[in-house]
Amino acid sequence: MTIVAMPILIPFALAISLLVFRTPKTCRWVGPLGSLAIFVVSLALFFRLKTSGILTLNVGGWEAPFGIVLVVDYLSALMLMVSSLILIAVSLFSIRFLPDDFPLPRFYFFFFTLTMGMNGAFTTGDVFNLYVWFEVMLISSFVLITMGKKKEQLEGGIKYLALNLLGSLLFLAGLGLLYGKTGTLNMAHLAEILKNDGQALLMNTSSILFFVAFGIKAAVFPLFFWLPSSYHTPNIAITSLFAGLLTKVGVYTLIRFFTLFFVHDQQFWHNLLLIVAGLTMVTGGMAAASYYETRRILSYHIISQIGYMIMGLGIFTPLAIAGAVFFTLHNMIAKTGAFIASGMIAKTKGSFHLKEVGGLYKQNPLLAVLFIVPAFALAGVPPLSGFFAKFMLIKAGIESGSYIITTVALLTSLLTLYSMIKIWNEAFLKKQPENHENQESIKLNWADYVPLAILATASVLMGIFAATVFTYTMEAANQLIEPAIYIDMVLRNRTP
Amino acid sequence: MEVVLAILVGILYTAGVYMLLRRSILKFIIGIIFMGNATNLLVFLSAGLIHGSPAFVDGTTTNSAQLADPLPQALVLTAIVIGLGMVVFILALKYKFFEVTGTDDLDQLKQTDSQK
Repeated sequence: MTIVAMPILIPFALAISLLVFRTPKTCRWVGPLGSLAIFVVSLALFFRLKTSGILTLNVGGWEAPFGIVLVVDYLSALMLMVSSLILIAVSLFSIRFLPDDFPLPRFYFFFFTLTMGMNGAFTTGDVFNLYVWFEVMLISSFVLITMGKKKEQLEGGIKYLALNLLGSLLFLAGLGLLYGKTGTLNMAHLAEILKNDGQALLMNTSSILFFVAFGIKAAVFPLFFWLPSSYHTPNIAITSLFAGLLTKVGVYTLIRFFTLFFVHDQQFWHNLLLIVAGLTMVTGGMAAASYYETRRILSYHIISQIGYMIMGLGIFTPLAIAGAVFFTLHNMIAKTGAFIASGMIAKTKGSFHLKEVGGLYKQNPLLAVLFIVPAFALAGVPPLSGFFAKFMLIKAGIESGSYIITTVALLTSLLTLYSMIKIWNEAFLKKQPENHENQESIKLNWADYVPLAILATASVLMGIFAATVFTYTMEAANQLIEPAIYIDMVLRNRTP
Repeated sequence: MEVVLAILVGILYTAGVYMLLRRSILKFIIGIIFMGNATNLLVFLSAGLIHGSPAFVDGTTTNSAQLADPLPQALVLTAIVIGLGMVVFILALKYKFFEVTGTDDLDQLKQTDSQK
């Protein structure tokens, strides 16, 4: 089924086409339309998946487990769909918000190679192939984060690069050890071999290397330090792109690895995941509360929210995994939306710093409404998407008796609400500060509102049709917890 | 031979970690190179070494234990190429950073973390 490879091939073709047509004018068309094409393909994949079950493709005709296999199950399909929605929003946003002297063709080239790496990571069923897609994604993000060559960008770039390179090395080392122990790198084959593996202690040497490597990518406590020191340095369009996508790929791989084949020694791993989740939530939330720069608040806030996703993985009941998936999908949309909103505030007011802006509610009520949707979704106010995501996680936490993490999650929600209300109060409600009175404010064009409107609508719809989304995330969780179908589909190309 | 290479991997990791913890950015990059090479060797060793036999089936050897495993060799080739690209990028970034700030000291990298 060639359609399985489409989410990788389309961005590749688009990136190549941008090498040929390198005028900014064509880029303005290629960027959003290309993202739309990826979105359409992801939708098609999703509907194909609904009718015919897990989709697989043996690349190059080599049978699994010998060749590389691409697999799309519910988790991959949902991630593909939501990430391509974000691509549409960010590609529209970057047309309007990148400065005029910004090299647009180069930006979109790396935008699409990043997409290719990300979609590859979502669809691959082979551990080494995953490593390669991670590197594709990483090198594109390195270029994007330093694009513009400002001093703080280079500094942030070095910090971002240092920890992520280290993570890649640990990933590769873990992969080597895993191959030495099992003789395979196909995920389904690994799952089959490790299912009845008695030597849990031996496997832990590999799984901890993977955990640290993906922990760095996902920015969990205490490995998150690269994120807040680099995410506020590049242009806001690039930050929005990273905020919605990069860390979530790390979360995706953690969910994939720790449900499919690292299922030995469950007590140790689930406790570790829960402790890490709790600390990630609290440190991220507290740090966010102490800043007055919107991008920094939101950067720390990404970390805080990663904790919820890991919490779902740590509780490890079908409802909890479904909650984690729901939360990830919701967070990708709402987080990107919040960053885009902060970019719009900065464009109208000329500053990201909350002490220097104000009075936006009177000046621009539409922006206020569009900001409140992702902000309240993040805080978990019903009927927006975040409420249902948190509700599922907390219900799963109480049902499984994990009271400590549930309490931490509930209290962290208050910290989130505090950060969001702080931005709301400072930027929208309070009067423009007098010492920054004479800052010029730019009126936004209608086209500037489109990307945020798309994401806000998506967030509202995800809340209104929560039951439908819930069914699909539950389906994804069932596939993850009971990997027999996945294994059979990949290795023997049939359902059991 | 495996023991010797395993010790070499250990030495390279030690040297790499030591260099990573130095204050200079250039030494940090050297540390990354050391660790990258250690990891490549580790992956290469993961299937065990088989002396003097090629990594493909020649039709005469019937015992699979006497054939070298080609997969780690392929993996390591890919990893070396990727590692080279990464090192080239980080060196270019370091050069650019040095041009702009004139410093190689990691302790000077405080700007993006400071409370503002």
